[in-house]
Amino acid sequence: MDMAFIIETIAKIVVILLVFSALAGLGTYFERKVLAFMQRRLGPMHVGPFGLLQVAADGIKLFTKEDIIPQNVVKPIFKIAPVITAATAFMAAAAIPFWPEFTAFGYKVHPIVADINVGILYVLGIMAIGLYGPLLGGMASANKFSLISAARSAAVFISYEVISGLSLLAPLMMVGSLSLIDINNYQAGGIGNWIVWSQPVAFILFWIAAFAETGRTPFHLIANDHEIIDGFGTEYSGMRWGLFFIGEYANMFFISFVIAIIFLGGFGDGSIAGAFQLLLKVSFFFFFFLWTRAAWPDVRPDQLMWLCWKVLMPLAVVNIVITGLVMMF
Amino acid sequence: MHSEPLNDRNVSEQSPYFYVDIETYPTTSWDKFKQVVKRTFKGELFVGLWVVMREMIKFDIHTVQYPKEKLPIGPRYRAVHKLLRLWESGYERCIGCGLCEKICISDCIRMDTKIDENSRKEVTEYSINLGRCIFCGYCAEVCPELAIVHGQRYENGSEQRAHFVIKDDMLTPLDWLTSGQQAEFPGFGAITPNESVTKTPLAY
Repeated sequence: MDMAFIIETIAKIVVILLVFSALAGLGTYFERKVLAFMQRRLGPMHVGPFGLLQVAADGIKLFTKEDIIPQNVVKPIFKIAPVITAATAFMAAAAIPFWPEFTAFGYKVHPIVADINVGILYVLGIMAIGLYGPLLGGMASANKFSLISAARSAAVFISYEVISGLSLLAPLMMVGSLSLIDINNYQAGGIGNWIVWSQPVAFILFWIAAFAETGRTPFHLIANDHEIIDGFGTEYSGMRWGLFFIGEYANMFFISFVIAIIFLGGFGDGSIAGAFQLLLKVSFFFFFFLWTRAAWPDVRPDQLMWLCWKVLMPLAVVNIVITGLVMMF
Repeated sequence: MHSEPLNDRNVSEQSPYFYVDIETYPTTSWDKFKQVVKRTFKGELFVGLWVVMREMIKFDIHTVQYPKEKLPIGPRYRAVHKLLRLWESGYERCIGCGLCEKICISDCIRMDTKIDENSRKEVTEYSINLGRCIFCGYCAEVCPELAIVHGQRYENGSEQRAHFVIKDDMLTPLDWLTSGQQAEFPGFGAITPNESVTKTPLAY
């Protein structure tokens, strides 16, 4: 391994960390603005022009708040849980190509930290490890609401791992590779080659599963404010709570990238236009996370399980079988 | 719209009340399944999405940016009290009768009076405990001289509640009176301030 590779990788890691931490902050700003506009409000307006510096104010608040470790919590686990959420969210980004490769100052840059041949498996696996953040945090908190949230998060994440895995299986059978770059190149021919046209059911199923994996509104029962306060985050304060928050928003961005790359053609043939199209697609999926939060009610936990095991999983299996039959004959 | 038809709460042909159309809850699994399929493909979720998107596009914002913008309040709004002055002389209207002190149901008005050198009753201390005041308006209603009224000052942020009920704060300042800023409230014996208001001759 030569020095240039190590330096390049470290640089990429730092850039991804900084960009997506900042984007997580900006994501909260956009979420508040979009929700406000959809509810005929204005959202943050007072800090900076159009409330843009609200992000900075929130950041200062989170960083300087007292880090309270309550009595009776299991201290080491309580302390490590938010780190797991944030770390796994960013680790999952390692196999995601954020941009087609480009040449800067005569040096060819691959905007992906590691193009491993099991890319999407790695992403899904790391996102599955993210379950331990809410689970351990909720169980260590010595709080009944956190405990309910931990139980719910375990149930939801594990159930919807099945959906996301099975729904991805059909497109992966067509592509024949787990690398996200290969999946992207499979659809490089333009809009007609997008996998969403040949696998619409898998697309919808994966999209639904993405809402469960990120814990966003139709499936927000892991930290449902009106039932269980903030769920696993109830006992957390300051930057530890902020890490949960950054993890959630980073996850939203990364899963948006994954959906856009697998089903909607990614960055296409790698031209500048394709790269910007990828960003547009990702912004749409991110916006859709906020949009549903304004429009849709939450489902009950039992309805969520029912939907997963009795509707989505059979659909996913049928989809795989049909895809297999079509590919065979 | 007149409220008379609404007074009859019985559901009938004439009344505007009607039963909300609620479907009976499905009992068998097959009915439940049919309900799920119907709800899934009816597109109600997209109706919800469209409604919020429409509101976002219309951008019909209803927010009042409070410290910068304020909603108009009604003329009979009952906020922190004011003590008014006589237009013609600038004397305090309060004659120290003590009716407000007596009628106050939360027992929060306290006044001290004495007879001054002109043999007029003079109010030396007048205080309202705003921590107890329920802003019922009885004091303003009972006052025979329209001396105590409810003002429009509803922004009561301060370090101490007592700051709002110092007599000098409630009393109309003399320069406000001369510049005609004292708001008059309709009631028995209320006057319209104009040139006809002259100083009451006290010394006969």
